[in-house]
Amino acid sequence: MLKMTHLSKVYRTEVVETYALRDFNIDVKEGEFVAVTGPSGSGKTTFLTIAGLLETFTGGEYHLDGVEVSHLDDNARSRIRNEKIGFIFQAFNLIPDLNVFDNVEVPLRYRGMKAPERKQRIMDALERVGLASRAKHYPAELSGGQQQRVAIARALAGSPRLLLADEPTGNLDTQMARGVLELLEEIHREGATIVMVTHDPELAARAQRNVHIIDGQVVDLAEDPRFHTAYAAAAGQVRG
Amino acid sequence: MFTYYLQLGLRSLRRNPMLTALMVMAIGFGVSASMITYSVFRAVSGNPIPEKSSQLFVPQVDNWGPQQNEKGEPPGALDYIDAIALMRAHQASRQTLIYPVMLSSPQPGSSSTLVSTGGYAVMSDFFPMFNVPFLYGNAWTGSDDEKRAADIVLSEEFNQRMFGGANSVGKNITLSGHDYRVVGVAKHWDPSPRFYAVWSDSAFSDSPDFYVLLNRMLDLQIDTSGRNSCRGRLEFNGWNQWLQSDCVWMMPWVELDSSSEVARYRQFLEAYAADQQHAGRFAWSPNIRLRNVMGWLEEQKVVPPESRISLAVASGFFIICLVNTIGLLLAKFMRRAAEIGVRRALGATRHEIYAQYLVEAGAVGLAGGVLGLVLTAAGMSGVGLLFEPEIAKLAHLDVSLIGLTLMVAILATIAAAFYPAWRAAQVQPAWQLKSN
Repeated sequence: MLKMTHLSKVYRTEVVETYALRDFNIDVKEGEFVAVTGPSGSGKTTFLTIAGLLETFTGGEYHLDGVEVSHLDDNARSRIRNEKIGFIFQAFNLIPDLNVFDNVEVPLRYRGMKAPERKQRIMDALERVGLASRAKHYPAELSGGQQQRVAIARALAGSPRLLLADEPTGNLDTQMARGVLELLEEIHREGATIVMVTHDPELAARAQRNVHIIDGQVVDLAEDPRFHTAYAAAAGQVRG
Repeated sequence: MFTYYLQLGLRSLRRNPMLTALMVMAIGFGVSASMITYSVFRAVSGNPIPEKSSQLFVPQVDNWGPQQNEKGEPPGALDYIDAIALMRAHQASRQTLIYPVMLSSPQPGSSSTLVSTGGYAVMSDFFPMFNVPFLYGNAWTGSDDEKRAADIVLSEEFNQRMFGGANSVGKNITLSGHDYRVVGVAKHWDPSPRFYAVWSDSAFSDSPDFYVLLNRMLDLQIDTSGRNSCRGRLEFNGWNQWLQSDCVWMMPWVELDSSSEVARYRQFLEAYAADQQHAGRFAWSPNIRLRNVMGWLEEQKVVPPESRISLAVASGFFIICLVNTIGLLLAKFMRRAAEIGVRRALGATRHEIYAQYLVEAGAVGLAGGVLGLVLTAAGMSGVGLLFEPEIAKLAHLDVSLIGLTLMVAILATIAAAFYPAWRAAQVQPAWQLKSN
């Protein structure tokens, strides 16, 4: 479903080159639920934005659903984002001027879907996250957990094959976080591929597979000596 | 998607009413200032007879010579001798002489009270040359010109005053003590500027009440009520001496339907002026001109300089308003960078973001155009402060100006939004989403 080979991402200024990802390799199979962990600044979010075609990469190869994406233009990348990928962000990223219904509608609008089908999909997605009764509410009128469920409904409405979640419970309290996680697990059980970036080892443990990133590279925890210091320190920070 | 973008645009405009009001006012004031001055400029600078302006010509012959003409230009009209000579030569498919006359007519309802009434002494070709439309009857004929008939064509407005708007063809009307037979009533027709009388009369004065047979006016020794211009001797002993003078006062027009006819007529004018030189009447080489309608209006500087200046100033003001609008739109659009990032992440292409913000700008332009229309309508009453009354009266808000006001406001605002919308479309979704 998602395969990156020797991928690199370099941010260049006049005086310095910074490698956000270096010789990065990952292969996520269809239907997998993968948690991506690592300390702050390790490149997790950069990986996620490249995976979601929100950012280009400097070198290497990236195949998404069998398609090599490095040569796609903006229109093609946008279409893939719209049709194949669902995003869930830590800060929810709902549009404050739009009510719940209209927020969920956004990706469907760009797909050029007819109004009756849009409405059906939106209401189905809201039913699924338990917020059908709040369709006319604005984001400011909802709790954090409800806002994240709206964001999940927005991601699900387009029936994406790949769900990318960036710290989906990072802004939620424990109870709300548990609800959101259960929702993601349910979505996964129904066949979706999920890649979730998280700092939370407990959350990561609920995924099928964990991928660890340190200094822009995927590491094998058992063999990489950096893990014993870096990851343990990061885990300690989170717990602390 | 247009409807969707429009909904988003209107919602966005409602969210920041102060910013929206500032932009709408900038567009509204800018476009109204431009449209008010443009309405005057349009009236004074338009083509008054677009269907024939390239076929109608003013022949000019220099009867004053290089010592007395202005900067080498022949006078703007002809003296009687040259005017009659050109007509007798009849080298054009149609031709006429014109001069303004002022006669007295009985005031409707009171036969003892006389009022002045203005018209033009013309020849029969005047009517088909200038496509004068008729409500009743027709123009007189060329043979009527020869017979020096007492025929007259009334304007629709004068016919309304004198005959209550009824068909007056065949009836008599007495002007300055002489009877005239009404042969036709012209439909309202008053080209602006009144190109055929630009030199001898004001191009924007009140429309004429009648057109009367030129030969008849000459027989009755009725002089021009418009401009005349003389060199040398300025005192004349009787009508015949006036006719033989070098004073110019008769406006000639000819219709030439092809470029070969124009070339031939120009040769004829050259030959005529050369003959006058050989005959000893002109002591200088032939100096002639043959200008069509637009060339003639240009040469006569019909567009008042204050009209051009005020239009330039108003356009400059509009541009300043648009520059301010660019800044306001840029601030408004970039404040929504986070939303743009989300939309891009959810599948919007750069083109779709660009289109969304251009439509929003178009909505601002429409609102500015509506405000501009209100201000333009109100501002029409103040045109008299800037222009002479006879020019100011030409400014009016018609359907075409309403359409133009809205179109200019919308298109100018969309043009002003090109850069802000482009900046919005360049927002990097990853940066926006990471920064959140």
